[in-house]
Amino acid sequence: MNAPPPARIAVVGASAAGLGVVEGLRREGYAGGLTLIGDEPHLPYDRPPLSKQLLTGEWGSDRLGLRGAAAIEALGLDLRLGTKAVALDTRSREVRLDRGGAVGYDALVVATGAAARWLAGTRGVAGVHVLRTLEDALGFRAELRPGVRLVVVGAGFLGAEAAAVARGAGAEVTMVTDAALPLGDVLGPVLGGMLAGVHVEHGVRIVSGTRAGTVLADHGRATGVRLTDGRVLDADAVLVAVGAVPNVGWLAGSGVPLGDGVECDATLYAGSGVWAAGDVANWPHPRTGSRIRIEHRTNAAEQGIAVARNILAGPGRAVPFDPVPYVWSDQYGLRLQIYGRTRGTDTVRIVEGAPEDRKLVALYADGGRVRGVVGVNMPRATRGYRALVAETAALDERSVA
Amino acid sequence: MEISLDFDKCCGAGQCVLAAPEVFDQRDDDGVVVLLDADPPAEEYENVRRAAQVCPAAAIDVRP
Ligand SMILES: Cc1cc2nc3c(=O)[nH]c(=O)nc-3n(C[C@H](O)[C@H](O)[C@H](O)COP(=O)(O)OP(=O)(O)OC[C@H]3O[C@@H](n4cnc5c(N)ncnc54)[C@H](O)[C@@H]3O)c2cc1C
Ligand code: SF4
Repeated sequence: MNAPPPARIAVVGASAAGLGVVEGLRREGYAGGLTLIGDEPHLPYDRPPLSKQLLTGEWGSDRLGLRGAAAIEALGLDLRLGTKAVALDTRSREVRLDRGGAVGYDALVVATGAAARWLAGTRGVAGVHVLRTLEDALGFRAELRPGVRLVVVGAGFLGAEAAAVARGAGAEVTMVTDAALPLGDVLGPVLGGMLAGVHVEHGVRIVSGTRAGTVLADHGRATGVRLTDGRVLDADAVLVAVGAVPNVGWLAGSGVPLGDGVECDATLYAGSGVWAAGDVANWPHPRTGSRIRIEHRTNAAEQGIAVARNILAGPGRAVPFDPVPYVWSDQYGLRLQIYGRTRGTDTVRIVEGAPEDRKLVALYADGGRVRGVVGVNMPRATRGYRALVAETAALDERSVA
Repeated sequence: MEISLDFDKCCGAGQCVLAAPEVFDQRDDDGVVVLLDADPPAEEYENVRRAAQVCPAAAIDVRP
């Protein structure tokens, strides 16, 4: 016999991961009390379009909703939007809210995601932006005009996507990265080089191997960026895209193990009735044993579903979360897709297409085993190689074209 | 079961095909989802619901 499910489940964080949990619970037949707490005023909405369709203006904010209002209604939630969890008491099993009062629970899921990292001292300077929330995206979009000088600090997926959109809007874009190549650490020199080439072709100026030191401002408005090597880049607007930090501040002193995120076990359980899902969750990957935290949209949904199942399975029956991570990125006309892990691998082999054609599939291997696959403009073909990642197949023995 | 797809939202992730290969496929060129079976048998319902839930673009709507 399974233990009876917890009578009251509370989920903090009303975005992709939190929604995954509550939908997963209802789909599995959970009929108990379910509270979803989110500090944003909106119904759960999607972030990937913030740096893509919303930023280009192709979509209005009305298209971002993860589910229609009726579908959310049908979940039968005690939904608290515009409400921030400010503290957790794991002894009395209560979440304290900024509006006063508390929510009791038998099982709690932390799905509070991550917040954009800022450059020190730049918060509140007009013209300096991050890109994480709908309001961020709308504020940044308003800067994108022909001729505006934009400095993008950071050249990860977010910075690269924003640079592409900004060029499309006619901005003069300079991308600053401390790496040798934009996305070079994720994609390696060949694909990173191809991508850098695409940006340059579209008129993005890439300043690599240096960091942004400080933002220069005049009367509270950004005028440029001083690099750590002393150079100054003039700017009318600055986008800070240097990563995100997990939202765990409200858990301080609760006894929930914190490090880079909520430190869970392999089943995403952090002890004393607390689970975590999405960008905030840090867990030992069952296959590699090392702790990871993944900031991908698909991971948030999948972890939400996994946590829902594990809560209902009850103690001793929860199963480890063992995904093949997936992420995509759109830049100009390119669609990049990645299954598994590419960072830190020692071999890249292109198995279909070619960089010159901007259409290819590449396998990333470490010690002769396939760890990741990257596709450029070949979505269906790329998916075909996912199995090699799932099996960590030997690079040579398998169907490599 | 009624399945509706928003082709415009679809980002070609193929997660739906992994979850329900009997029901979904992807176009070769841009990876946009293709519905193979608009009225799948009951034993596929669970897979289809899972596909809708993992789709990173919220492009799949399933009723009931
Ligand atoms: C601009 C942008 C583009 C992206 N593009 C892609 C992409 O192309 N592909 C991809 O795979 N991934 C992409 N991502 C990443 C993806 O969006 C995230 O992995 C995903 O949103 C994580 O979901 P989450 O629910 O874990 O966290 P979040 O989306 O961060 O949601 C957490 C929610 O919790 C709320 N919250 C935080 N603290 C509290 C509190 N104390 N009380 C109440 N509520 C709280 C937050 O306000 C937020 O609403 C992108 C992200 C951004 C920002
Ligand atoms: S999972 Fe969603 S986004 Fe991906 S191919 Fe299927 S419908 Fe499109």
